[in-house]
Amino acid sequence: MSGKNGALLEIENLTVEFKTGSGYFRAVDGVTIKVDKGEVLAIVGESGSGKSVSMLAVMGLLPWTAKVTADKMLFEGIDILGMSANERRRIIGKDIAMIFQEPMSSLNPCFTVGFQIMEALKEHLDLDKAQRKARAIELLGLVGIPSPEQRLKAYPHQLSGGMSQRVMIAMAIACSPKLLIADEPTTALDVTIQAQILELLVRLQRETGMGLVLITHSMGVVAETAERVSVQYAGQKVEEQVVKNLFRDPHHPYTAALLSALPERARGRKLPSIPGVVPGQFDRPAGCLFAPRCQLATELCRTTKPPRIDGALCHYPLHDGVPQNHPGKEKAA
Amino acid sequence: MSIVVTARDLARYYSVSRGAFSGQATLKALDGASFTIARGKTLAVVGESGCGKSTLARLITMIELPTSGSLNIGGQEIVGATPAQLKALRARVQIVFQNPYGSLNPRQKIGHALEEPLLVNTSMASKERTEKAREMMASVGLRPEHYDRYPHMFSGGQRQRIAIARALMLDPELLVLDEPVSALDVSIQAQVLNLLADLQDRHNLAYLFISHDLSVVRHIADDVMVMYLGRAVEQGTRDAIFNAPQHPYTKALLSATPQPDPERKRERIVLTGELPSPLSPPSGCTFHPRCPWNFEPCARVNPHLLAHDGSLVACHAVNPPEPSTKAA
Repeated sequence: MSGKNGALLEIENLTVEFKTGSGYFRAVDGVTIKVDKGEVLAIVGESGSGKSVSMLAVMGLLPWTAKVTADKMLFEGIDILGMSANERRRIIGKDIAMIFQEPMSSLNPCFTVGFQIMEALKEHLDLDKAQRKARAIELLGLVGIPSPEQRLKAYPHQLSGGMSQRVMIAMAIACSPKLLIADEPTTALDVTIQAQILELLVRLQRETGMGLVLITHSMGVVAETAERVSVQYAGQKVEEQVVKNLFRDPHHPYTAALLSALPERARGRKLPSIPGVVPGQFDRPAGCLFAPRCQLATELCRTTKPPRIDGALCHYPLHDGVPQNHPGKEKAA
Repeated sequence: MSIVVTARDLARYYSVSRGAFSGQATLKALDGASFTIARGKTLAVVGESGCGKSTLARLITMIELPTSGSLNIGGQEIVGATPAQLKALRARVQIVFQNPYGSLNPRQKIGHALEEPLLVNTSMASKERTEKAREMMASVGLRPEHYDRYPHMFSGGQRQRIAIARALMLDPELLVLDEPVSALDVSIQAQVLNLLADLQDRHNLAYLFISHDLSVVRHIADDVMVMYLGRAVEQGTRDAIFNAPQHPYTKALLSATPQPDPERKRERIVLTGELPSPLSPPSGCTFHPRCPWNFEPCARVNPHLLAHDGSLVACHAVNPPEPSTKAA
């Protein structure tokens, strides 16, 4: 790792609550994330797991109804949570950039692609007009857009979904960010285009050495792009592991169930599904949040919040598929 | 094995206006698809946006009539059928859409939504309808108390169960499933796929399963049709398509699908270029500008679907064109 401290982004115990008509809803619950320089971290989870919200909190893009608290939220050792909006704006968009799921709705339909890329350059870098234009052309070339000079004058509606996402990536890397957050960058795209965009992101990450946080719901995308993966469920980080180990030996029952519910990993006609749904605002269990859907849940799980053992938030983490210290299983075995 | 649907060279063209000065253009949304589906079997249609899979769903459900070709459902030819015959046929083919949030009326209670097909199509008494709706709810895994609830009170997976239940109310022979699980999370997706497999076994249903997700298709399909820009490029049994794909597009699609297995490193065919606009498809084989095997006849001659190694493949590299075509 380069520098004194390898950590690019360090978040400890991040909690985000939204004010609703019926009290506070906790969307992110005590999440700790660390991203090193030049690392690809995937955050995976189903809808409502708080994976987007936690990263939006880093970007400061949450609405006023959100209450963000954290023990620590450092970017390159500097606290970004307590910063004023003005100070934060100097970092956001320059050193930390983000791309979103819907490329079509993330671009402003009223301005040309070139204008929107050059706007970011104007805001953050000390370049004159000609230099900005040259850089915009260079960026479009970098993300694989053919005849970039003409494309500068194109409006978003003239571009396909894949092209729009390339433009979004060009905008995000315009100021050579140290950290790029990609929120479901390929979910809205066709399979063959998805492969192109993923390859582009990984290539850019390798060439520039930036940190990449990839938010996704697809285990396939995780397996093919990331080095480390954090699994979130109902706002909590339930497990974190190196990608290879996670797929080989998931420690949390939720991760294990999620992996075996994938059609690719199923053997019979019947998929091993997870019964029930993610808990909402009013049916949050007292103990482990996954307990109502977990096949291994005991009375302890239902009443007591689980500890973090081996990176998994579970009373009885799995090792090679066997739950540790589990009363029921031991008797059965 | 009884055949439910037979389609021959099914095509649907739309004429679209291209602005005040350009006049009309023809969009060939579906350009010649042939297949049969038997009872209890699943045909999966795979392809990216604009490949004509949703148009196919609209034709099979008789929402629209084909421009050309023939479509035979349960022994009845639909081209030239009388309105009364069509009405009877429509009850035998039902559809489930991708978005369970959009396909249920927010102001209608679930029980009433389920009874409506019976109200429109049968002369059942009110009591019988209620009874049938409750039975159907139980068989798709909904609880009796859900009868009086509104769609917004359900999660995505439950709503898709409701949509499936509604489609089954008239005891159809064929269910068209247009991306039924792509809006759902993995854990919920598995529940719905299991339900579909279960219902197929119980009612001996034929499925036309439209999807872009190859891993789901591999799990559920018996036969697979891969489409590109309105045409089938490869057609065969599931095992033939997944274990020995022959068309370069099928190969690329398979290799582009991310596999949840970090230890399997395989060669990846990343296709260059974008999907062409269906309004001005490339000449010859519509796939040739993106094809890694592109050679002489491809830009000129559109390949036909021909049998090769147990599948039907539309590719010059797999089925070399006859010398006579070359000379022409």
